[in-house]
Amino acid sequence: MSIATFLQIDLPAGLTALFATLVCALAGNFLVLRREALLGDALSHAVLPGIVVGFLLSGTRAALPMILGATAAAILAATLVHFVRRYGRVEPGAALGVVFTVMFALGVVMLEQGAAHRVDLDPDCVLYGQLETVLWLVATGPESLIDPVALAQLPRELVTLSVTLVVLSALVAWFWKEIRISTFDPELASALGIPANVFRFGVTLAAAVATVVSFEAVGSILVVAMIVCPAAAARLLTNRYGSQLTMTLVLAATAAVLGYAAAAFGPGLFGSPNSLSAAGMIATFAGILLGLAALAWRLRHAPRKVAAHA
Amino acid sequence: VSLALSEALTRLFDVLTLQAGYNANTVIAGTAVLGAAAGVVGTFVFLRGRALISDALSHATLPGIVLAFLAGAALGIETRSLPLLLAGATATGLIGVALMHALTRLPRVTEDSAIGAVLGSFFGLGVVLLSYVQNLPLAGQAGLHHFLLGQAAAMARSEAITIAVLAAFALVVVLYFFKEFRLVAFDRDFAAGLGWPVARIDLAMAGLGVAVTVIGLQTVGLVMIVALLVVPPVAARFWSNDVRTVAMLAGIFGAISAYVGAAASYAISDMPTGAAIVLAAGAFAVASLLFAPRRGVFGVAVAALRFRMEIARVRWLARVADGETAPDADPWLRLYLRATGLSGASGRPTARALREAPEAARNLSLWLAAITRRPEAVSMGARFGVDAATAVLPRDLLDELEGRAT
Repeated sequence: MSIATFLQIDLPAGLTALFATLVCALAGNFLVLRREALLGDALSHAVLPGIVVGFLLSGTRAALPMILGATAAAILAATLVHFVRRYGRVEPGAALGVVFTVMFALGVVMLEQGAAHRVDLDPDCVLYGQLETVLWLVATGPESLIDPVALAQLPRELVTLSVTLVVLSALVAWFWKEIRISTFDPELASALGIPANVFRFGVTLAAAVATVVSFEAVGSILVVAMIVCPAAAARLLTNRYGSQLTMTLVLAATAAVLGYAAAAFGPGLFGSPNSLSAAGMIATFAGILLGLAALAWRLRHAPRKVAAHA
Repeated sequence: VSLALSEALTRLFDVLTLQAGYNANTVIAGTAVLGAAAGVVGTFVFLRGRALISDALSHATLPGIVLAFLAGAALGIETRSLPLLLAGATATGLIGVALMHALTRLPRVTEDSAIGAVLGSFFGLGVVLLSYVQNLPLAGQAGLHHFLLGQAAAMARSEAITIAVLAAFALVVVLYFFKEFRLVAFDRDFAAGLGWPVARIDLAMAGLGVAVTVIGLQTVGLVMIVALLVVPPVAARFWSNDVRTVAMLAGIFGAISAYVGAAASYAISDMPTGAAIVLAAGAFAVASLLFAPRRGVFGVAVAALRFRMEIARVRWLARVADGETAPDADPWLRLYLRATGLSGASGRPTARALREAPEAARNLSLWLAAITRRPEAVSMGARFGVDAATAVLPRDLLDELEGRAT
């Protein structure tokens, strides 16, 4: 593999995968801490019609129209869930399940009937992501990394994801204390004058944005693994707020790097010229890391139990 | 454009009226049986709060489907063999659910985290395996992709018949054990007290849910099969509190949704069957949410408005009984009073109003006394001030109030 191939294919796709996983894990960390992991699942499905509408109206895959459409869809979904729960007196899980599957179906039909004929957003992208199409074809060698002309042509997905990652990280760092208090004790937060509801909404919005910007890279089902697995694994490894976030991000990065490498270079080790789905592999590795964290927890706690009984 | 639309509508009409050919008719009818079974079985999935677990299960079937396909190819079995693929689907689906339960037993891992983790990572593994199969020189790969979003049109007649027979069997089982399922879903302790094998009945309920999920994979697709189980019962829930009615309505909604959705996927090109079926079911849910007489948004709004008018009428009558004859300040109430013949054009009480006023005033004061003395004794369904207190309030409370009065 030459440097140019690496810069053209693996660097942009790998970084996109890494940033998408980090963005999802960052939002997921707070969702999982708030015991709202399900919201990640529901949002990733429910925003699909909004993404398609944003896409159809703007005619481009620019991030902003899709984010606006997705936000509108998320608000519609929340309203519908509220109505179904209130009028149907249905438990929240079922209400959520009804709303997000029906909205997802609507999105799929709109994709097939509206968008598929015009441009290249299709259900395959929703299901598997399109990491393989993230390319930086103008790169010729290491000098491209400092060439402003070449850098200006970095893939759009990568740019969107880096900006989102930076903005989200800055927001988390800036409101670190407020998010912490409103996550663990909304009433205390309100008593201290911290608008807990605003932060609650902020976390939900962050999850919706993470879903949308990662959607093209990993699809709308695999993001669920990126949102939930690293944070849930970190929950098993630590009980402290600060190290929880660090661990979530480290685990997410590990899953992204290992997953991408296994998908892109793994088959080569067996002499196959083809690569595997990187997005799927990252989701798989995220699940494996969660499994390992669960095993680690069992190992760490099993002896202590025996001692207590003895 | 209008020509294309009218052609599509004509075609849809042909398909709906079963004029699309033998194969299509069989598939559509079979899908309707599946929808009916899913609606009835789904009622218990929904009552037991297992909607999202089913979602994790269905996503976790993907690796099994692909592995079964690969195993079939390696062993030289016909790779499109439906029983083989469904066996693989069941295997990894159940492994996924087992892992989910194992995760939930750990501290600090909530059920929704476990569901999301299993759903996402098993689906990821399935996608990896699919991308592996894609590069192999094997026939029948297109069939694998249909398991994601469903494609009725790609089904063979024999497959449709297999699916319909299995679904009908599930339907018969759930109807046969309906009484047991209903009691266990609502009151486990009581059922256990009767000496019933509660755990086994519950397991049978869950098993039927798994069975219908797996049977429906090919038609509806694993991404949205959970909707066929959950959306019809939730729609039906708006119409009744009685499980039998809910299950029956859910079966009917499910059957019609499946029928219309499958037909639409035949009639319209590029229409995934699963999405079409789920949208049809979603239409039932939206219509129920809006128009169900007692629970629907409009029904509730109309009832609330009527109650506001009726209570305002009672208050007005009470004032009339006190000798007030001036028109009310609220124009809507004036309109309502005129329409019901209680006031004339001037807004002053009619003879009928004067006749009814003393009784209304007495009723209202009874109600006021009742809710100040023993609010907990007033039943939830009774309408304050409007219903006759002597008819809806408990006897002992009325005696107490009358005793006070004398």
